[in-house]
Amino acid sequence: MAEFTLPKNSRIKPGKVWPKPDSARLTEFRIYRWNPDDGENPSIDTYYVDRENCGPMILDGLIQIKNEIDPSLTFRRSCREGICGSCSMNINGANTLACTKGMDDVGSDVLKIYPLPHMSVIKDLVPDLSAFYGQHALIEPYLKTETMPPDTEWKQSPEDRDKLDGLYECILCACCTTACPSYWWNGEKYLGPAALLQAYRWMIDSRDEGLGERLDTLEDPFRLYRCHTIMNCANVCPKGLNPAAAIIEIKKLMQEREV
Amino acid sequence: MADQSRRLPNRPLSPHLSIYRFTWTMAMSIFHRATGMALYFAVPLIAVFLGALLAGPDMYELFAAVAGSWFGILVLIGLSWSLIHHAIGGVRHIVWDTGTGVDRASRYLWAQGTLIGSVALTTLLWLFVLLGD
Repeated sequence: MAEFTLPKNSRIKPGKVWPKPDSARLTEFRIYRWNPDDGENPSIDTYYVDRENCGPMILDGLIQIKNEIDPSLTFRRSCREGICGSCSMNINGANTLACTKGMDDVGSDVLKIYPLPHMSVIKDLVPDLSAFYGQHALIEPYLKTETMPPDTEWKQSPEDRDKLDGLYECILCACCTTACPSYWWNGEKYLGPAALLQAYRWMIDSRDEGLGERLDTLEDPFRLYRCHTIMNCANVCPKGLNPAAAIIEIKKLMQEREV
Repeated sequence: MADQSRRLPNRPLSPHLSIYRFTWTMAMSIFHRATGMALYFAVPLIAVFLGALLAGPDMYELFAAVAGSWFGILVLIGLSWSLIHHAIGGVRHIVWDTGTGVDRASRYLWAQGTLIGSVALTTLLWLFVLLGD
């Protein structure tokens, strides 16, 4: 059953306001903090980033805070160019990648930063993604074949390759899945938009021969059919993909199989 | 050391509804549910209406008086809007389920159109009902 309020240990308390650096141009960051070691509830800390000595992206600001103000601030980051999917977080009410979002592009002077929504928090902005990765593993994200492997590679026509556009670009950042209310309420049974988009990516791959099994895996009231076309996934994907559309195509494949 | 690693921290759940910024498609999904529930719970009112009809002229007069009071009309406006909104929402979902109208511009247009359409049709309906005769 859906739980609309936060459990007692998750309610947010006011946190620390860190001193302003000496600068003519400051941007305020309000960041969700939780330390697994002190037994306290989560809190919101306020930091001021010196924009005169900082890159334009939100990730630049976070790195500056960690380097110069508070080294205990914890977040994931790696490529800083939107291809690794590590720095996904909730910024001013929408999930996105901190590295591809400019500080001036959120339509507000104050940046409110939380971990991805409705996730178990490991520390600060770092959520536990093990269930998310498990759901990805469940859809078997690799080529399944029955015929003998060819002497060279598995070939694909340019037209068939084009069908993978808009799907293969997914970087598994979990922005879509953790933006989905259905996933919030049924995350332990519903696979979520990212895993389903990936499932569809293999279903329509002309080289794949496992369509029937793939559909069998998803033929379930929860795994696939908890999608109610709310479209938060498509609204929020930092790569501009449309998981909702992919899920609709899977439902159509299910129907085609039945008639 | 081993003891400490076995201890599971009491991890918090990150905030969700309270921090997520509403989008049109998300709002219309909630409206669709809410209007559906309103219609479900309004079904007994139809039974009450039929009951009043069966119980003779006095009960019917009473029902008509309650329904015709400002409060009754407010409830009826709400229910007719719920029905119209839910019906348009149903059409929207049928269209989306065929895989059309799901690109960014179209899905926002459909979501906004659902609300604009339902409010406009309800207004027309009640202008006709209240001023028609």
